[in-house]
Parts: sequence; structure tokens; C-alpha cells
Amino acid sequence: MTEVSASPVDVVSQQDVPPRRMSAKKRFLNALWQDKKAMVGVVVLTVFVLAAIFAPLITPYDPNDMEYDFMAAPSLAHPLGTDDLGRDLLSRIIQGAQISIFVGVSTVVLSLIAGLTLGILAGYFGGWLDNVIMRYIDLQWAFPNILIAVYLVAVFGTGLANIIAALALAYIDDFARVARGMVLSIKEEQYVAAARTVGVSDFRIMWRHILPNAAAPIIVQATVSVSYAILGEATLSFLGLGVEADTPTWGLMLSEGRSFISRAWWIGVFPGLAIMLVVLSINFVGDALRDFLDVRETQDKA
Amino acid sequence: MLRFLIHRSIGALVVMWAVATLVFFMLRIVPGDPIAAMLFDSSPEMAEQLKAKFGLDQPVYVQYVKWFWAVLQGDFGTSIYGSRLEVSRLIVEALPRTISLALLSFVVAIVIAIPAGLIAATRKNSKLDHSVTVFAFLGLSMPDFWLAIILIIVFAANLHWLPAIGYAPLSEGFWPWLQHLILPAIAAGTAFSAIVARMIRSSMLEVLKADYMQVARSKGLKEPFLILFHAFPNALIPVVTVMGIAFALLMTASVVVENVFVIKGLGRLLIQGILNRDYAVVQGTILVVSAIFVFVNLLVDMLYTIIDPRIRY
Repeated sequence: MTEVSASPVDVVSQQDVPPRRMSAKKRFLNALWQDKKAMVGVVVLTVFVLAAIFAPLITPYDPNDMEYDFMAAPSLAHPLGTDDLGRDLLSRIIQGAQISIFVGVSTVVLSLIAGLTLGILAGYFGGWLDNVIMRYIDLQWAFPNILIAVYLVAVFGTGLANIIAALALAYIDDFARVARGMVLSIKEEQYVAAARTVGVSDFRIMWRHILPNAAAPIIVQATVSVSYAILGEATLSFLGLGVEADTPTWGLMLSEGRSFISRAWWIGVFPGLAIMLVVLSINFVGDALRDFLDVRETQDKA
Repeated sequence: MLRFLIHRSIGALVVMWAVATLVFFMLRIVPGDPIAAMLFDSSPEMAEQLKAKFGLDQPVYVQYVKWFWAVLQGDFGTSIYGSRLEVSRLIVEALPRTISLALLSFVVAIVIAIPAGLIAATRKNSKLDHSVTVFAFLGLSMPDFWLAIILIIVFAANLHWLPAIGYAPLSEGFWPWLQHLILPAIAAGTAFSAIVARMIRSSMLEVLKADYMQVARSKGLKEPFLILFHAFPNALIPVVTVMGIAFALLMTASVVVENVFVIKGLGRLLIQGILNRDYAVVQGTILVVSAIFVFVNLLVDMLYTIIDPRIRY
């Protein structure tokens, strides 16, 4: 819980947020500045996000153009070399950033919305609703997310939209559990009782009073989940269960280049390095957020 | 304890039933005919014949009961691919490979993680501690299949120390078995070892602050003795609680890594099954993998009572 004012009156009329907001932002930037790992994370992520946004402008070659020497070693003309079909690896990796980041973020947004809704409903209303929702969530919790995603792709088929849907469904349990746990503890707070007494509707209580106070652990979970989702997409693509062939994603590039790594190591090294850098940076930032928001470390699972 | 055991076992059976049911019905709600994939160029009459043969012309609930009854007897149907082997036979062949890999990765991971975690905790904020932290972050962020590729590039393609792909059963001797499995085990176990190292470090730091450590120290016990026999067992308790999750991680990693090293274990069976649209194989493998998870979770719960005698159910 970040900034919960002590007096119930203050909270019931939450429209006038105290001016401490700015200082929280400042405090966060300060903390970030002091955490070297987090700074590295922010810088690397910024580079990748910018590369993804401006991909068509900055890729030195067309990522699908096959007119270059195939399996050319890294050189000035092709800084990261070319792949087995003669496509420029750097251009493909930049293009891949777009897909990876898009999949990572959209997966988490979808999963977050669905998981939060389920978790808050279960925690707030309790009773049979809680029972039904949590039996399912617990069932899903017993199995690794990636395996669930693999099965969902097996059922629904491959392709970008299906991958996002499968991953989003697979990560629902993480958010539902965090949200429910937070709701259960906040529900007992006096300001919630106060709001209820003055006749605030259930929906408004959940939306205006519980959600903002449950935000900290959810933000941390969402951040870390983006890295899991990126790893998840890469794994699915690598296994041949991802996006359509010839879409340059990092996982697929590794999968296609796998047979050529003994002759051209760069095909096997650079796409994976990109995945690792992005995931590592997100983890660094997530760790800093966790420290800053004072969230107890939860047991993460891949 | 016995009550707890019975209670948990029943819970595990319910979970297995739920998973089996979900797995069955999810494949039935997919748009399109599951059998269409296996007979893409046969005549309509033949399709009808085959449907009748596989019982697909019957109502779904009849299919479900029949299927469930067969699964209970270990009959997962037959593969539609290649020589149409029984799925149960494929799984029995694949299982030892996956278990070998998972166990060896577990051993590799623990052998790395325990000393790393202990050193990091006892020399907090030293250079060694920081390098353990960095190693842990790297281990968690590296895709396991990529690590597998890197290991192949270095140790198989360039140094020629170890084979790049394949598997040798233990019956061919320990050394060939180990030779084929050591790289996959490192690839699959690294993320797990990173998690365990971090957990041991943080729980050791908690334990080292405890009063009984002060008492033990003032009794004049030597520091290594203190660390290994007083602090370490207590530091293991929170580690054991996440073993279930960690094992799940290890199994998933094995599933992925098998596909890089072409080890014909459950993971390769599963992925090949999906790529070939061989639904009987997919269902069978998923069920067996799920059963392993449920069983391991049960085991971890029990291990918990052994390692921490204060807990009674």
C-alpha cells in the first residue's frame, strides 16, 4: 500500500488527491537514479522500444530481403552478419523487437484486465463466487504457464492473435491471485467500511477505493509478467508454435537458424542475446519497483 | 498425518480428474473436425468408417465416458502418425529420458545453487555476493533454449568435447548417458539454480540474524559448523516450500530443451504431437506430465513436514 491517508474522511472524497503525488514521482526517479541495475535496465529498454517504434526507418536493410551473401560473418556492411538465407541479422533483430514488445505488452494488458476482474470479484464478494473462481485459478496455478500456453496453442492453432490469447490466458492466475490477496486485506480497512456506510456502491468501492490501494503489488507483477510473456512468445516461436513462418521474431530466428550454428555462430547468438537483454532489463526495473513500492517478494514461476 | 495424507491424495485425484476433463473437452470445442486432419484426402465414406472406428459418431458424453474409462486403464489411444504406435508405449519409452534429464538438471542446479547461496549470504555485499546476484539475474533472464544453443556452439561444435544431440540410455553405461545429458541438464537447470541460490541467500540472511545463532556462537561453536549445521537446515525450509513450483519450472525447461538436443522425451513427444496434429499423443502426454506435477506437489507437502518438525497436519 502506498499512500493511504489515515483519516477516512480524506479517503472517501478521493477526488482531491494530496499534492504528495509529485513528490512520489520525484522520490521514484531518485531511487531509480541510485539503483545502478535499474538505470541500466531503463536505458536498454528505451533503446529497444525506440528501435521497435522506428524500425522501418532505422533498419539498414529490408529484414526479408535475401539478396546478400548467405551466412556472412559480422562485418561493417552487416554488423551482426547474415542468416542462412542471406538476410541481414541486425535488421531482422530490430524488426523482431517490434513483435516481442508488442506481444509482451498486449499479453499482459489482456491478462491484467481479466485477472484483476476475477481476483477482485472473488476477493470482494467471497462466498460461492470466490469458490468457483478460485477453484479454477488454483487448478491453473498448479501447472507451469508455458505448458498451459503450449496446450492452448495446440488447441486453437498458431498465429499472432492466438499466441497473445494463449499467453494471456496462461498468465491470468498470477494476477487473479495477487489481486484477490490484496482485496482480502484492504476489504477490512476502515475506509472501506466508511465508504460502505455512506452508501457508496460496490462497483465504486472496488474501482475507487480498493483498486488504487492494491496497485503496488499489481504493478510489480505486471512488470515482471511482461518479461515472462516475452520469454513465453520466444519459447513458443522457437518450438514452432508461434507466429507464422518468415515473421522475424527472435524465437523463430533461433529456431530456423538452429541447424546452421556450427557454421555460423552469430545466427544462434544474437537473437537470443536480444531476448536476454530485454528480459534482464525488465527484471532489473521490476526489482527496483519492488524495492521502491515495498512489495514483499512473491514466488515467481515461469 | 494420515488424515492429511488421505485428504491431500483425494484433492490430487480431483485435480487430475479436472485436468483430464478439461483436456478432453477443450479439444472437442475447437472449430473443425479433429479427424479431418488425419484423413485429408480420403473419401466421405472412408471418413464415416473411420469416425465409426474411433467412436466419433457417438454423442460427446458417450465419447467422454469411454475415453475416461480407457485412460484409467492406461490406454491413451494410438498415434495417427508414422507406424501408429500406442500412445502409452510412446510415453513409456519417453518417460525415462525426461526423468533422467529432469533429475540430472536438478542435481546440477543444486550443486551450483547451494554453495553459491551460502557464500553470498555469509559474505554479504562482497564481490562474490554481487557476482552471485548477477549470475542469478542472468540465469533467470536467459531463455533455456538459447543457453542450449550456446552450449552446443561452444562445447559441441567448436571444442568437440560432447555430443551435440541425442541420448544414450543408462543401460549403455553411465558415461555415455552423462555425456549426452550434461549439456541439456545445464541448459534446463540454470534458471532453477538461479532461483534456489537467491532463495538460499535471502533465507540464510534471515536465519543468521536469529537469536539461536547468537546463542550457538556464544557457546563457542566454530563458524563453518554453525553455518552448515545450525543455520543451513533452517534456511532450507522456505526453499522446500517453493520446490513444487521450482520443479514445475525444471520440467518445463526439460520439455523445451529436449527439443533442442533432439532427446525423444515427453517434451519432444508433446511438441511433435502438436505439430503433427496427433491429438491422442498430445492428450496422453499432457495427462502424464500433469500427473507428475500433481504427484510432486503432494511429495513436496509431505517433505515439508519432515524437514520442519514443527509443522503437524
